[in-house]
Amino acid sequence: MPVIPSLLLLQAPARLISLGSVDIAIIAIYFVTVLLIGFYLKGQSGTGEDFFLAGREMTAWIAGLSFLSANLGSLELMGWAAASYQYGILATHWYWIGAIPAMLFLGLVMMPFYYISKTHSVPGYLQLRFGEPSRALSAVSFAFMTVLMSGINMYSMALVMKVVLGWDINFSIWVSSLTVAVYVALGGLRSAIFNEVLQFVLIWLGALLIPILGLIEAGGWDGLQKRIAQNFAAQDYTHLWRTFGSFSDNPMGIHWTGIVLGLGWVISFGYWTTDFLVVQRVLAARDLRSAKMAPVIGAGFKMLVPFIVILPGLLGLGVLPMKLTGEGAAVASGGHSYNEVLPLMLARYCGPGLLGLGITALIAGFMSGMAGNVSAFATVWTYDIYRAFMNKDAGDAHYVGMGRWCTIVGVLVSIGAAYLVMQFQSIMDYVQALFSFFIAPLFGTVLLGMLWKRATPAGGFWGLLAGTVSSIGMWAWVKADPSALRIIALSPDARDMAENMYRGLWSWIICVAVTCIVSMMTTPLPEKSLVGLVYGCTEIPAEGAIPLHHRPAFWAAIVIVVFFILNLYFW
Amino acid sequence: MSHGKEVISIWFFIGALLFIYGVLITGAGIYGLSHPPEAEVVLWNLHAAIWWGALLIVLGAIYLYLYAPFRRNRS
Repeated sequence: MPVIPSLLLLQAPARLISLGSVDIAIIAIYFVTVLLIGFYLKGQSGTGEDFFLAGREMTAWIAGLSFLSANLGSLELMGWAAASYQYGILATHWYWIGAIPAMLFLGLVMMPFYYISKTHSVPGYLQLRFGEPSRALSAVSFAFMTVLMSGINMYSMALVMKVVLGWDINFSIWVSSLTVAVYVALGGLRSAIFNEVLQFVLIWLGALLIPILGLIEAGGWDGLQKRIAQNFAAQDYTHLWRTFGSFSDNPMGIHWTGIVLGLGWVISFGYWTTDFLVVQRVLAARDLRSAKMAPVIGAGFKMLVPFIVILPGLLGLGVLPMKLTGEGAAVASGGHSYNEVLPLMLARYCGPGLLGLGITALIAGFMSGMAGNVSAFATVWTYDIYRAFMNKDAGDAHYVGMGRWCTIVGVLVSIGAAYLVMQFQSIMDYVQALFSFFIAPLFGTVLLGMLWKRATPAGGFWGLLAGTVSSIGMWAWVKADPSALRIIALSPDARDMAENMYRGLWSWIICVAVTCIVSMMTTPLPEKSLVGLVYGCTEIPAEGAIPLHHRPAFWAAIVIVVFFILNLYFW
Repeated sequence: MSHGKEVISIWFFIGALLFIYGVLITGAGIYGLSHPPEAEVVLWNLHAAIWWGALLIVLGAIYLYLYAPFRRNRS
C-alpha cells in the first residue's frame, strides 16, 4: 500500500551518485524499450475490452507479477528502506501480515465475484450490487485520490533523482511521465501490464545485489544481527513481534492489536482487495482459475520483497560507518538522512554498469506505479463517471478514444498536482490520511456486498458514506485536539502510524454497522438479481479434474505456511 | 506466458533487454579490471559486475531462445 514520503523532505547537500557513460546507456536503453513495447502493442488495443482490460487474456503469471509490480513503486523501495533503517525489521509487517493474508483472500474468496460479474472496475461492481449512488461515491473519490497520489509520487521521484543524481526536477517529471503517457495511451492496460512485468524483473535484478553483497560483508544474518546490536544497543531492531506488548516499547508506538486488526485486517484487506489500481491487473486474467491464481503468485513474491527493501535498511544499520538521522538533523550537521539509505547502499556496492542497473530499477519502479495509476484512472473515469453520468449511449470506439485521451489528461493533471505539491508541501501531511479515509470503509461495503445477500443498496451507500465521514471526523478531532489520540488509538503514547491503523479499524466497524442496520430496515433485493454478485446466490464454476499443483488453493496453503514460518523465525 | 493475438512475447523483450544489459555490465566489469575506478566500491575484489553481468547474459539468452518469434511461428 502507498507509503509516503518523508522523502518529500529530502535535501542532501550534494548529489550522492555520479553516473558514467555505461550507466547512462543502460537507462536510455530502458526508455527506448518501454516505448517500443507501447508502439508494438498499439494495434492490439482497438476495443474497450482490449484497452481497459487487456482483452482479458493475461496468464496467471503475467497478471500476478503485474498485480505486484503496480504496487512496487520506487517510493515503496526508497520509503520502506528508510523506514527499516528507522524502525528496524518492524517495517516488514507491511509486506507480510499487511499484505499476504489479504492477497490470498482476494484470490480465493473475492476474485470469483469480481470476475464472474464481468465488471470493468471496483466501482462498477458496486453499481451492480448497490446501484449508482455507491458507484458515484466510490468512483469520484478513487479518481481524485489516484491523480493526486500520482502527482505526489511524481514529485517525490523527481526530488529523489535531483538529490541522488543531481538531475533537474522538471526534466525528471516531464521525461518519465510523458514516457508513461505515451506507452499507456498507445497500448492501454495491455501495454501497462507488459511493461510492469518488465519493470518487475528489472527491479529485482537491479536491487538484488545490495542484500547479497551486504550479507557477504556483514557475515550473514547472524553477523548482521551482532553488528546492529553493537551499533545500536538501546533498541531491538531485528525482531518482528516481541516488542509489540506495549505502545512505548517499540519505535513505531504501536500495540500488537493495532498491527493485527488495524494493519493486518482493515487497512491491508481494504487496499489489496478493493483498490482498483491493483485489482484491475487481476481482472485482466484470461479465465477464473488464472484470476484466482494471480494474487497467490503475487503473494508468493510479496513475501520475498523485504529481501530487497527491508534488508538494505538493516544492512545500513549494521555496516555503514556513519549514523543516519532525520532530515532536519542531517541538514543541520551536513550528514545523511535515513531517506538516503538505499542510494547510499547502492553507491557502496555497485560500480559502473551495476549503478546504472540499480538506478534503472528505481526509475522502473516509479513508472510501473504511475502506469498503474493512470490506467486505473482512465478506466474509472471512462466507465464509472463519463459513461455512467455524461454519455451513456456512445459506441465502443468512442469510449476507447476517451480512454486514450483520459490517459494523457490524467498524466497532465498528475504533473499539475506534482507542481502543486512542490509549492505547498504541507499537502502531503493530509494526503496519506485522505487516502485512508476511503479504503477502510470501502472494504466493509464490498465485503458485505459479496458475502451477505441481505445487504441492500441503501445499506451499502449509507454504510460507505458513514464510514468515510466518520474517518474524516476522527482525523479532524485529533487534529483539533491531540489529546483525543488516547481515545482513537487507545493510548497517549500512540504515534501517527498507530492512529492510522485504529482510525481505519473504527471507520470499518462503523461502515459495517450502518450497512447492517440500514439493510435490516430496508427491502432486500430479490435473489435472482444477485446472481453472479453474492455468495449463496452464485454458483462458482468448479475447477474440474486438474492436478493439485494447478489449484490456487494448494499454492495459497503453501504461501500461508511459509508466511507463518517466517513470522516465527523472526519473532 | 503469452496470448493469442501477440506475435512477440513480453518475455522475448525481457530476454533481449537482459542480454544487452549483461553485455554492457560485463564489459564495464572487465574494463574495470585494467582501469579500476579512483574510489573502489566495497567488495570490489569480488568483481560483482562481471559475474552479475554474466548471469544477465545467460538469463537473457535463455529467454531469447525460449520465446523467439521464429520458434512460435514454427510451432
